[in-house]
Amino acid sequence: MYETNFHKAATAQDAAALLAKTDDGKILAGGQTLIPTMKQRLAAPSDLIDLSQAVALRGVTITKRKKMGIMKADGGETITIGAMTTHAEVAGNTELAKVCPVISGLAANIGDPAVRHRGTIGGSVANNDPAADYPAALMALRATIHTDSREIKAEDYFQGMFATALADDEIITAVSFQAPALGGYGKFPNPASRYAMAGVFVAKSVEGDVRVAVTGAGDNGVYRHAGLEAALSADWSTAAIDAVEVSADGLMSDLHGTAAYRANLIKVMAKRALV
Amino acid sequence: MQAVYTNTVPVDAYRGAGRPEACYVIERIMETAAREMGVDPSELRAKNFVTSFPHQTPVIMAYDSGDFATNQKQAQKAADVAGFGARKAEALGRGKLRGLGYSNYIEACGIAPSAAVGSLGAGVGLWESAEVRVNPVGTIEILTGSHSHGQGHETTFAQIVAERFDLPTENIKIVHGDTDKVQFGMGTYGSRSGAVGMSAIVKAMDKVEAKVKKIAAHVLEAGEDDIVIEGGAVKVAGTDKQMLWHEVGLAAYTAHNIPDGMEPGLKETAFYDPTNFTFPAGCYICEVEVDPDTGVTEVVQFVASDDFGTIINPMIVEGQVHGGIAQGIGQAMLENVVYDDAGQQLSASYMDYTMPRADDLPNYSVHHASTTCPGNPLGMKGCGEAGAIGSPPAVINAITDAIGNNNLSMPATPAAVWTALQAVSSKLAAE
Ligand SMILES: Cc1cc2nc3c(=O)[nH]c(=O)nc-3n(C[C@H](O)[C@H](O)[C@H](O)COP(=O)(O)OP(=O)(O)OC[C@H]3O[C@@H](n4cnc5c(N)ncnc54)[C@H](O)[C@@H]3O)c2cc1C
Repeated sequence: MYETNFHKAATAQDAAALLAKTDDGKILAGGQTLIPTMKQRLAAPSDLIDLSQAVALRGVTITKRKKMGIMKADGGETITIGAMTTHAEVAGNTELAKVCPVISGLAANIGDPAVRHRGTIGGSVANNDPAADYPAALMALRATIHTDSREIKAEDYFQGMFATALADDEIITAVSFQAPALGGYGKFPNPASRYAMAGVFVAKSVEGDVRVAVTGAGDNGVYRHAGLEAALSADWSTAAIDAVEVSADGLMSDLHGTAAYRANLIKVMAKRALV
Repeated sequence: MQAVYTNTVPVDAYRGAGRPEACYVIERIMETAAREMGVDPSELRAKNFVTSFPHQTPVIMAYDSGDFATNQKQAQKAADVAGFGARKAEALGRGKLRGLGYSNYIEACGIAPSAAVGSLGAGVGLWESAEVRVNPVGTIEILTGSHSHGQGHETTFAQIVAERFDLPTENIKIVHGDTDKVQFGMGTYGSRSGAVGMSAIVKAMDKVEAKVKKIAAHVLEAGEDDIVIEGGAVKVAGTDKQMLWHEVGLAAYTAHNIPDGMEPGLKETAFYDPTNFTFPAGCYICEVEVDPDTGVTEVVQFVASDDFGTIINPMIVEGQVHGGIAQGIGQAMLENVVYDDAGQQLSASYMDYTMPRADDLPNYSVHHASTTCPGNPLGMKGCGEAGAIGSPPAVINAITDAIGNNNLSMPATPAAVWTALQAVSSKLAAE
């Protein structure tokens, strides 16, 4: 690791101010990705601005949906998760588990206990690893990414492998989304890293809008699968998925599996997300 | 001659060094032959068991002992092979493909007679040496060239000394790994620390025992043949005359009253050069379940029945088998070093190199049916590498049995198993 200057920020605003003064500063959240990268000398930020004291960025809030009478489906609560909320906090939040169990289950299966107790949703979303779990969830749940300066729709935010709409000095403060009426996540873990080799998040909003987002398998990060969305919009069933031809075009081939294998996994994981 | 420059990393011997490869080829061929001839793979193996010893093979090795049939029967019983059909049917009901695979390994270890390895071109002799030092207060230090880096020599070596002189193990100290103190060793590998390193200790103990008896006979005014060592004392059998163990040690060092012409002190050195290799053997039976949708394979049962000769510490031996099988399952299903066409290593970190982890492994069922090795004083064969040698073909034989495609290389990753399954299902569809 190269030398770096360490700062603590109590709020996102403080962090932004500190970041503006540095040469090549970086936000430090859980450090689960950034610190190993620095140790391998693949990153060498001049300054680290630690957000672990920024309590306002931590925690889950759930706002109940106004009952409109006609809407019978479950879901619709607005869920806001602070950027510094750890995966373990998301997984362990009992209120969240009641209104959106799929996100609790997803968080509970990220990495190992050490990673879950340090790693944060903000860090994961900022990093946008092409095999990370949250990006698929946020894409399928039509989430909003809140930063210190604006709100960005998930679809505009995720822009390919490790690429996002974030400006260099922009800080994520929270993510928010509506609890879906129906939702599920099927993850096939990479045998070595246990990140997603194919992760498929299926969600049907209270308005009936179906989205299917795929992580781990695409050769350019998280993406929506039009074929699966169309099939599940028409018929929310595994039989509908069986009828979809999942193409290997645009999928990743690597030492863990070919594009054809990943195409198969997408279909299998989509079905497992449903049941 | 063509020399090739490479920037890929050097490779070196790994647990079992050469025997896993040989065993893999033999046991895959046996399984394939049985399948092609339509005979039970265990019966084909049993028909070919060597039953009389010594058995000279065409390639230097002379098998000295073994009971392959008993190990196979014991493994089959523990694995409930008879109930496999029912388990397979039950698994199919859950959408899983269940398979069973054998491996009847034999390996050569306890290496090795210096003359034999010399004839094979080795530049060294493969003896071991030991010094047994009885201190004036009766404690014993064993200086051994067999280095211990987790195999538990401190326990096992101390046990044989404690048993020989009937002393508590805490009075015995095993000294190793420091060439300022000990005679150099020829190495801890080839499962040779027991069969070779301990044999040297036994030989040195023989000399110590002889001297102890001489001193005691002299002091107690008895015949050497009447001296027995038991209960922390050196006694004249059938009488109440005795010296405590440490009194003999002290007598040797004060040298006030020892036989005429005897050198003072009580420490002896011995070299042991094996007369033959040793030949651990066993039968491993692996049972797997394959998820045909993803190729994910779970080892649901793993039975090992080994012949390691004399077993001194069963817990340590079992630990060696567990570790060896874990390594073998790693090799069969998980671990893979991969380079791209430009020689860039793609599996350079644990994010891509799959080490076996606890949740990749089953509970092992470990058994023994031992025959005594005639080649060394303790009758030991060695157990350090057997697990890693015997397990890979058992795993692959089980997976290929489950998927009905014999064309599968290690590592049988989910992607590889799924791809092999596609090949048979498309062939079936075409027929
Ligand atoms: C062994 C291991 C296994 C893992 N397995 C999985 C898995 O299965 N699935 C999965 O999804 N992930 C997995 N991860 C990644 C894990 O989820 C990390 O938590 C995540 O990638 C980074 O989060 P962090 O809080 O540690 O961020 P850090 O490492 O601190 O930061 C990562 C990057 O994001 C930036 N950043 C952090 N917070 C903010 C913010 N609020 N605003 C702007 N930029 C910010 C940092 O500057 C840095 O560039 C794994 C990690 C490890 C080490």
